[in-house]
Amino acid sequence: MAYNTKVIDHYENPRNVGSLDKNSKNVGTGLVGAPECGDVMKLQIEIDEKTHVIKDAKFKTFGCGSAIASSSLATEWVKGKTIEQALAIKNTEIVKELSLPPIKIHCSVLAEDAIKAAIQDYVKKHEGEEKTA
Amino acid sequence: MKLPIYLDYHATTPVDPEVLQAMIPFFTEVFGNAASRNHEYGWTAEAAVENARQQVAKLIGASEKEMIFTSGATEGNNLAIQGVAEMYKEKGNHIITSCIEHKAVLDTCHALEEKGFAVTYLPVDHYGQVSAESVRNAITPQTILVSIMAANNEIGTINPLREIGAVCKEKGVLFHTDAVQAVGKIPMNVEEMGIDLLSMTAHKIYGPKGIGALYVRRKNPRVRLAAIVHGGGHERGMRSGTLNVPGIVGFGKAIEVAGRVMSEESSRIKRLRDLLWDRIRSELDEVFLNGHPTEHLPGNLNVSFAYVEGESLMMGMKELAVSSGSACTSASLEPSYVLKNIGVGEDLAHTSIRFGLGRFTTEEEVDFAAEKVISTVRKLRDLSPLYEMAKEGIDLKSVNWTGH
Repeated sequence: MAYNTKVIDHYENPRNVGSLDKNSKNVGTGLVGAPECGDVMKLQIEIDEKTHVIKDAKFKTFGCGSAIASSSLATEWVKGKTIEQALAIKNTEIVKELSLPPIKIHCSVLAEDAIKAAIQDYVKKHEGEEKTA
Repeated sequence: MKLPIYLDYHATTPVDPEVLQAMIPFFTEVFGNAASRNHEYGWTAEAAVENARQQVAKLIGASEKEMIFTSGATEGNNLAIQGVAEMYKEKGNHIITSCIEHKAVLDTCHALEEKGFAVTYLPVDHYGQVSAESVRNAITPQTILVSIMAANNEIGTINPLREIGAVCKEKGVLFHTDAVQAVGKIPMNVEEMGIDLLSMTAHKIYGPKGIGALYVRRKNPRVRLAAIVHGGGHERGMRSGTLNVPGIVGFGKAIEVAGRVMSEESSRIKRLRDLLWDRIRSELDEVFLNGHPTEHLPGNLNVSFAYVEGESLMMGMKELAVSSGSACTSASLEPSYVLKNIGVGEDLAHTSIRFGLGRFTTEEEVDFAAEKVISTVRKLRDLSPLYEMAKEGIDLKSVNWTGH
């Protein structure tokens, strides 16, 4: 199977690879997928508490080239967005941007899940405050 | 050094130049139909076919009268299994095979199950071997055929054919072997191994695609087969259809060359394969060999690179033409059933790569391949959340994954 040039670019030059401190209060971590299924994505976001803007994002992915590209793209897209804007990112937009074939759509679904899981983790860390605020 | 480096010799092989030279006249000058019994064109073609038949028979210790030319091993396996099933159905309806056979055998067996045959799919040990004892225990008075591959196409494991053949002989059950990967790579002898039917193909041994043969024993016992392809009664009525004379000539030549170089070639390839494995395991941690440590095809190396998914690994080493047991490389999204059946967990099955070395593989290519594999695995492990977690001491089996 030949890959789309955007997928190859993200695979060869993945953006925002790495890890943020998962214990930090301002960091949300999403870990989705399973080794048995051949895809695991870890996507982390660092959020400005006041503005709710995603200041930084990092990822690490175990998976095929399309999975790596989907998560790399997701980190690019969430940076600078508010939580609400990031939550609005749809897997279909990732499919479109990377021209993923039907058999690779699950990679984009996983990337969307990873964004949501990271945000959920951040929200959970701040649950107490939200109520008192 | 030509890139990409071809390390997929289990899939197919290039035609040896000597083989191609032998074939060329049979496309244009000697183009006769081998079944044309009444003129020179036919006679010359027939003589060439009979010469090739002898060459093919000789390498497996058979007589030329026992070789049926087919389009390849998929047809050979179909003819052997369906042909026996149909011919011996009055005697019994039970067939024994193994769970890691090629799909040409497994799917033929599945099709027979639909028709009322009972099939036992024997398990294999964690090296991929079928034991003669398990064959013995599975045989019932209804058993008419045992079909066990000589060597596996993914992990290269060689089966104890002699022992299995002896059990079949003792029990009076026909023994078929899919020897596609074994013929021309390791010594095969139908008499010594007690084989009654043997499928082979030319394109795995530097011959052309589209031609193969099925060995069908003629005495002790005489094996009868119901034909699948009907027509002009070619090949003793077992496989009608005008013979592919250039293909057959090329097949014969390829077999002749294999017989001549096998022993020297096998040790050369085995040395290169060991070199590749030694380099990989000395420079990378958590790499696992799939298959048998000693009873394997000389050119086979199947390795799981923990925490690195196979397709992404192949994508990172596009200078190498290899194959993967990962699901992502197949349309089914299921990882290799062979690896699964030898007890490789699905997580590791996704990380496996099959290297197949062959006649034209050089040491320079192996050095390059080793470097490429090592650097790509390192790069992808830096990208792998699993490698990071494992290094942090997290037991990945204890994680509550959100699998799809």
